[in-house]
Amino acid sequence: MGAALNWSGLLSQLLEIALAVLGAPLLTGWVNQCRAWLQNKSAPPLLLPYRTLHKLFNKESVVATHASPLFRATPYVVFGCMALACAVVPSLSTDLPLASAADAIALVGLFAVARVFIALGAFDIGTAFGTLGARREMLVGFLAEPALLMVLFTSFLISGSTSLATIVENLAGRELAIYPALAFAGVAFTMVSLAENARVPVDNPATHLELTMIHEAMILEYSGRHLALIEWAASLKLFAYSCIGLALFFPWGVARAGAPLDLFLALPVLIVKLALGGALLALIETASAKMRIFRVPEFLAGAFLLAVIGMLVHLLLGA
Amino acid sequence: MSTLASQLINLFAALLLLLAFAMLSQRRVLSLVHLFTLQGAALVASTSVMAYATDQPHLYFSAALTLVLKVLLLPWLLHRLIQRLAVRWDVEPLLNIPTTMLVGIVLVIFAFTLAAPISALSASVARSTLGIALACVLLSFMMMITRAKAIPQVIGFLALENGLLFAATSATYGMPMVVELGIALDVLVGMVILGVFMFQIREQFDSLDISHLEKLKED
Repeated sequence: MGAALNWSGLLSQLLEIALAVLGAPLLTGWVNQCRAWLQNKSAPPLLLPYRTLHKLFNKESVVATHASPLFRATPYVVFGCMALACAVVPSLSTDLPLASAADAIALVGLFAVARVFIALGAFDIGTAFGTLGARREMLVGFLAEPALLMVLFTSFLISGSTSLATIVENLAGRELAIYPALAFAGVAFTMVSLAENARVPVDNPATHLELTMIHEAMILEYSGRHLALIEWAASLKLFAYSCIGLALFFPWGVARAGAPLDLFLALPVLIVKLALGGALLALIETASAKMRIFRVPEFLAGAFLLAVIGMLVHLLLGA
Repeated sequence: MSTLASQLINLFAALLLLLAFAMLSQRRVLSLVHLFTLQGAALVASTSVMAYATDQPHLYFSAALTLVLKVLLLPWLLHRLIQRLAVRWDVEPLLNIPTTMLVGIVLVIFAFTLAAPISALSASVARSTLGIALACVLLSFMMMITRAKAIPQVIGFLALENGLLFAATSATYGMPMVVELGIALDVLVGMVILGVFMFQIREQFDSLDISHLEKLKED
């Protein structure tokens, strides 16, 4: 790993960051489009998230008079965390110089930093909605995080490493084997990602009106470029979670170190995988109804238990 | 070949456990029936793989029996029963769901530890799944204990039988045919009798809540 800073590693790293930052709104647009199709609505254009970002960046940002510097800094911190998270997750190639900077546990910490900042930003203004949203977000977060860690531990046990890049190399390099433990971990991971990305059974991303909203309640006070950065960061988070899911459960087709030409193959494979994943997410969101906020702990406790059972099953079956 | 088969059996075993947990946490009666059907299907699949892997033709027969009984006939009976009793309400568990799940995971750990020395003695390809089978049995027990209404209790009873059948196939390549046929008939007859019984309970108490049966005691 010492001489990891070669040109091909650097190239794949830069390509991956560029793809994540530029492509994440496209994934959001695709999910929204699929959801509209499934619900028999006329679909919004695929590029709508880009237009929204463009519009918001050109608008003036209004900040409350009592806002502290923390409120202004939050969008940048959150965006930075998400962009770094996307850089660490091996989506195109496992030859990532930055991947040695943070293993999967540090990645969970990175998401936690973003969450804490966005919650503090919501508290900062002192409006009722912001406080309410921040409290709910912390409720969801403190239950989702252990579940996510348990899912990761299962894959650590199977592949013998805590680095996502090594996990992908190990899992994709082995001959095809069925791991029942990963079935449990997969279900648990899906539940956690739905909660973390403010998706339907837990939160509704398409509303600014409901009293039950979580994510939208926290960012009500942001406007202009701040709001644009936060929305972009939300897209990046969805992208990062999708790529973590693909890395853990469908690691095939990712380029290896020392084979930079594989990147040309890895890109279409990734796009196909993300498109399928996005369609599946839209399907889940359409098929399920939003649950009461007090059912959310139950939902996430279920995810945690599934992840723990996945680990136990791995230890029992020894597969 | 045999590694793929044992991996598939492990996968179906994990699926059975997953479905047992889903049933434990499910609140709606209709979804419970769907989950029970799925569990039957997973059992059929694992038994068929086992039959193919170990070349035991009588296991095919057992799988076919499970398919007819657990995937087609019993769910149909349950659906009809639910329709005629007009029960569409949410199941009311006696314990709240997170507690139930926590107790469930303790049961799983208990079952895994209990089964470890037993499966060390067995020579079957699927010996390591014995713990899972035992866990399924205990979870179904738990479901029968924590539900107040009659229909979820009956489904718990049927799921219990699923777990027992899986334990038998995974530990010893299945029971003798006579025993298996006997159990299948028992379950079927039990289901029919319990169906009649439920109508009687409702007739008597206007509800399917088992706790009303306490009133039958003479003090």
